[in-house]
Order: sequence, then structure tokens, then C-alpha cells
Amino acid sequence: MTKEKTDKKRTIVVPGEVIASGKEFLPGDGTRREGKDIIALKFGLLEKSDKLVKVIPLSGAYIPRTGNTVIGQVTDLTFNGWFIDVGAPHLGFLPVAECAGYINKKDLAEHYAIGDTLVCKVRATRTKSVELTMKDQTCKKLNGGFLMSVNPTRVPRVIGRAGSMVSTIKNETGCSIIVGQNGMIWIKGRDIQSEMLARDAITLIVEKPFIDGLTDQVKDFLNKRKNG
Amino acid sequence: MKLSKINKEKIRELLENKERLDGRGLLDFRELSIETGISSKAEGSARVKLGDTEVIVGVKIDILEPYPDSPDSGVMMVTAELSPLASDEFESGPPGINAIGLARSVDRAIRESNFIDTKKLCIKKEEKVWGVFIDIYPTNDAGNLVDASALAAVAALLECKIPKLDGEKVNHEEHSNKKLPLNTIPLTVTAYKVNDTFILDPTSEEESSSKTKITASVTFNKDEPTIHGMIKIGEEPIEIEQLLDMVNKISKQAKKLKDKISKSKK
Amino acid sequence: MAEKFKRPDGRKPEETRKIEAKVGIIPRADGSASFSFGKSKAIAAVYGPRQLIPRHLENPEKGVLRCNYTMLSFSVSERMRPGPSRRSQEISHEIAKALEPAVLLDQFPNTVIDVFIQIIEADASTRCAAVNAASMALANAGIPMKELIGSVSGGKLGKTIIVDLTKDEEDYKIKEEKAATDVATAFLGRSGKLSLLHMDGDLNTKELKEALELSKKTCLNIVEIQKKALKKVKEK
Repeated sequence: MTKEKTDKKRTIVVPGEVIASGKEFLPGDGTRREGKDIIALKFGLLEKSDKLVKVIPLSGAYIPRTGNTVIGQVTDLTFNGWFIDVGAPHLGFLPVAECAGYINKKDLAEHYAIGDTLVCKVRATRTKSVELTMKDQTCKKLNGGFLMSVNPTRVPRVIGRAGSMVSTIKNETGCSIIVGQNGMIWIKGRDIQSEMLARDAITLIVEKPFIDGLTDQVKDFLNKRKNG
Repeated sequence: MKLSKINKEKIRELLENKERLDGRGLLDFRELSIETGISSKAEGSARVKLGDTEVIVGVKIDILEPYPDSPDSGVMMVTAELSPLASDEFESGPPGINAIGLARSVDRAIRESNFIDTKKLCIKKEEKVWGVFIDIYPTNDAGNLVDASALAAVAALLECKIPKLDGEKVNHEEHSNKKLPLNTIPLTVTAYKVNDTFILDPTSEEESSSKTKITASVTFNKDEPTIHGMIKIGEEPIEIEQLLDMVNKISKQAKKLKDKISKSKK
Repeated sequence: MAEKFKRPDGRKPEETRKIEAKVGIIPRADGSASFSFGKSKAIAAVYGPRQLIPRHLENPEKGVLRCNYTMLSFSVSERMRPGPSRRSQEISHEIAKALEPAVLLDQFPNTVIDVFIQIIEADASTRCAAVNAASMALANAGIPMKELIGSVSGGKLGKTIIVDLTKDEEDYKIKEEKAATDVATAFLGRSGKLSLLHMDGDLNTKELKEALELSKKTCLNIVEIQKKALKKVKEK
């Protein structure tokens, strides 16, 4: 079976570049209107859908948004909660009250200790902190497996449309995979080979962010590696 | 983000099976590239890449007064700056113990192997000698800065030209054709202990999992290795047998590096 | 009468040295780039937005853009002592202020964006090479910006208005008298406004106008070079 998908390259734009001209266009994320022009504010891929123009960034540190699922590390604890590094400009804080179930306040370290890795959700973003919660079924403390980190701007590609990309990798490798919006990805499989396979597939996606038809490429890659 | 417990555990588990996260063998180096002449104002300069780790070294040469205890010997000085340009874990400010340790390891490699023939750098006994300044600047820390820095220092020294003299004074604008008087090349290799396994050329994650390392410099007379200068850094004690085994492995890798350098010089 | 003028390296008055621009050279940083005018070579790395330490410097209205310009010890003829100098601190500050008007810092209150710049080899105009490297590194780090920033030195040699002075040209003398003027400038790539100005030497107002116009034109060309370098990145 030969696959003749053409690699459609998308337009890369840089800050200050005029990406649309005319009052009929609407400035979306990563853009701004200046007179009749819409200019890019970020280095990234140009996306025009109907009259909406936006820039999908290709790089950048993680900026938390309410509702994001993130993977972070416990860095410290106080009498009423845990400080968690989620790779954002400010430390995250998980208050005891945001944990599901009973917590013995006298021994918080029993529950989550420094160096533990948690999947949690962003409850709110404050000016100097990120407030986290464990009150969601996706949230848990991670055991085993391993973590890889990718640029947060590549996370949508790793997840794929309606989760299609990550499902493909899960099915083909048999690994459990949790993708944090902050670019931290947890992979756990039955053996190290399948975990490495999943990691290499994700690396492939991350390094080739411009190419369409990626799901097929990833399938090919996984099949070749599994049979070869 | 700091190294997580999860990954530390994974690295340990893999090493027990003699495996590494990036698929290398325990004693394999990453891809190495050496580029010289990267800054023409320097008397010698080099950029070394070891995987994603990258280090720039430049050498400046100037006239100095000799030290009173060695009035007919040239002077050598090594410094290293761990600029926050190279890693989010480095901080601005005066050099800390890691920068000092890095510079000292490179200094030891060159000094103890007598790589620079300092006796030949005397211009006038008790008055004037050549001073050789070797400055190390990592530009991307992805683990094992020591070995990369030592290689870059050697590569920079190999292409060094002594400045011209205008009568009594140094003409800093021009170089003579005279090379530095050098002896046999020292090769520096560090063995990192992770739990009970030793590995070479770690990535940042592997390096953070290691608490103890041994850096040694080796020269070769024909194929016979001699160790010059060696240091154990870190908190864990080691067995003599373990050390001797590691020194063997360090020598083997040093030989590979030597062959690589002599090939690139041709 | 106009003197017969020739630049030491044979360039035309409006001609820069060979420019090289590269993006994404320091994998560990959030963004990075290198930029050179001939033998003046700068590399820049951007980290952030991240937590600002010491915390009392935090600004609740907008993020802080912090620059650190360093010349490597062997970048000049006579070895430079490692560590900050008054000169490097002034230049660091100047570079930050040259970049700041383009960066949307109000999106990141209470944080810092750090820009570290190293000069690997110096042959005058190093702060301009630094601004160009930093402009690309900021964009590469995904920092929102209204525009890129182009920078070049302009000035006068004898009676001729030129751009991109070398060290030889800065030290140019006629009859033992200093005969060179050097004006470091940076211009914002879209609005065309001036964001860095630092002049050593003298110019009359007519010469100043001429020098600034030539520098602006050159800076806008340099912004195009920056654009090209950015668009090349990660095209695998």
C-alpha cells in the first residue's frame, strides 16, 4: 500500500506581519487590529477560517487557563495545602479543601509528599499563583511509568482532533497516556519497549508540527517499529 | 521543572537492565562535534557539541610576571562561567562551587598532564613569561559539561597562536605563526554513579539522578594509558574494585576521543 | 570639496557587513537566536515569562523585561575580566529599553522575561547585533510582540554618512584627530519609531537627519532578515 498524501505546508508568520487587510476580517488569538490591517502578535502558524484570522503559536512557556488538566510536581507543603510546580510562571497551590475524600491535616505528607507527581486541574488563575483542584475524575497521583515534556504549544497536535492522535498511540502501544496542557506527558505501559515506542511516536509528532496527514504517518511509524 | 521521582525511578530501573532512556549503552557517548576558530580575537577558540550540550572555550595569551616560586615558567589560568543563558538552573552572580569545580577539573587535566610546556613560555627569567588564559562558557547544558569543556579547551589550545611582540610589548591585534608548545593531549572522561551502576556522558536527567562522579584525564603513550589528575565529587563512597573498573572504562573512552580528535585534525 | 572616500574594508557607505541570522540555537531556552555583522557576533537566549526573584521587583501592572549583555573574555583583543562592568550594565539597560516598546508586557504581570546575550567576538556595533539577536529570540520564545526590532550603528566617517561601523572605522582619525561619529540605533519594524539611540562623537543637524534616515532604512531591511531566519526554523 503506498500513501500519496501531499504535505501541505502552512504559512508561518512573525510578530508585526500584516496577515489580513480589510474591515471584514476579525482578529482572533495572537493577532490585533491596527487600522484596516490585522497584524500577527506571535511567531506561529496562520489560520484563517471564514473571516476569523488567528495565529497558532509554535513556541512559548505554559500560561495556565482555568479548566486545564496539568501534570505537576509537589515542591513544598504548608499546614493547609501543597505547592505544585506545573511549569507556569507562578507556582501552583492545591488547598486541602480541593482534595477528594478525607485528609488528615496533621500529616499532609502522608497524602502527597515532596517530589510526587500529580494530575490536577486548574481551578483559577490568580495574579501570583495558580489554584489547583483534585476534584475531577481525571485527577490522581501518578505511580510508575515515566514523564516526558514537550512544548505546550504542541499539545493540541499530540491530542489530535477529538483525541484521535493520542488514542491511536494508546491503541497501537497498549500504553496509558495522560497529556497535560502544560506539556507534561505521562506514559505507562506493560514494558519499557512499549513506553519508548509511545514516547518516540510523540516526539515525531512534536518535531513535525506543520505536516498534515500526521495520524497516518504516526500509524506507519508505529507499525514499522512494531514489526521491524 | 526538576527531575521527578517517577523518572528517577525509571532511570534506575532501566540501568539495572543496562538500558538508558535514549537507547544508548551505558558507556556510549552522544554525537560529538568540534569546531575551531569561532572567535578570531581569541588566540585559540573552539565550540564542542556533545548531543545537545554545547560549550565555547576561548584562549587569550598575554605577558605576565612569573610566580616567584617558578620564575622561569609560563602561567596558566582556567575560569568557567555558568551563565543563566545555558540553563534555567544557573543563576547570575559570582561563580559558585559548580563553576569553580568545572574550571578546576579542566585546569587539572591540562596542568597535571603537562599539556602546555610552560617552561618554554618563559621570555625572561623572573621578569616576563607568557600567560595562557582559558575561559569556558557553556551555552547549553544538557548534561556532562565537564567532558565537553575539557575537550573544547584542548581543541582551542591546539589551534592557539602566540601574539606578536612589538619590541617589549604584546601586539594584541596580530598573531605570530608560533603555536603554543604542547605535549601529549589529555582526554578527560567522567564516570557518573547512579545507584550501583556507572554511566558515561549523561543527559541532564541522568546527571540529576547521580550523586557521585569521578573525573579523570588520560594521556596515551602509543596505546598505553596514564592517568593524570583524578577527582571524586559527591557524597557516596565507592569500592576500590569499582574505581579500578571505572578507570579502565574511562581509559577506553578516552582512547576513542583521542582517535576522534586526531582524525579531525587531519 | 568632497573628499575621495573609501571605507577600510571597501564597503559602500550604505552597505552593512555580511549579516548572519539563525534561530533556535540553544535548545534549553524558551527562545534563542544568533546574529552577526561580520566579526561582531551575538547569541541570545530568552527564558520566561517566569517568576521574578527578588519578588519585591514584581510589577502587578506588567511583566519585567530584563536583559543581561556580556562580552566573553576573549571577544576582544585584550582579555576582558569576566563579570559585569559599568559599560555592560549600561548596555544591558539600553537593550532592554530598545526592545520593551515592542513587547506586550502587560499580558504577564508579576513575572519576568529574561534575555541573556553573549558577545562571542567583537568588532564594534555589538549592542546592535545584540538587539537583533534578542528580537528574534523573543519572537522564538512565543512572546507576544507588536513588531520585531531592527538595530544598526550609523554615523559619519570624515564627511561621509555610513552604516555599520567596524572598530577600525570607530577609531578613524584625520591628522591625529578623531574623525568618526558612531550612532547606535534601533527602529521598530512596523511603526518605524526609534527605540535605541546612543551617539559618541559629533554631527550637525543635517548630518544627523541623514544618518538616522539611512539607519532606519537599514534597520527595516534587517527586520526582513530576522523574519526570514524565523520562518526557516523547525522546517523539517
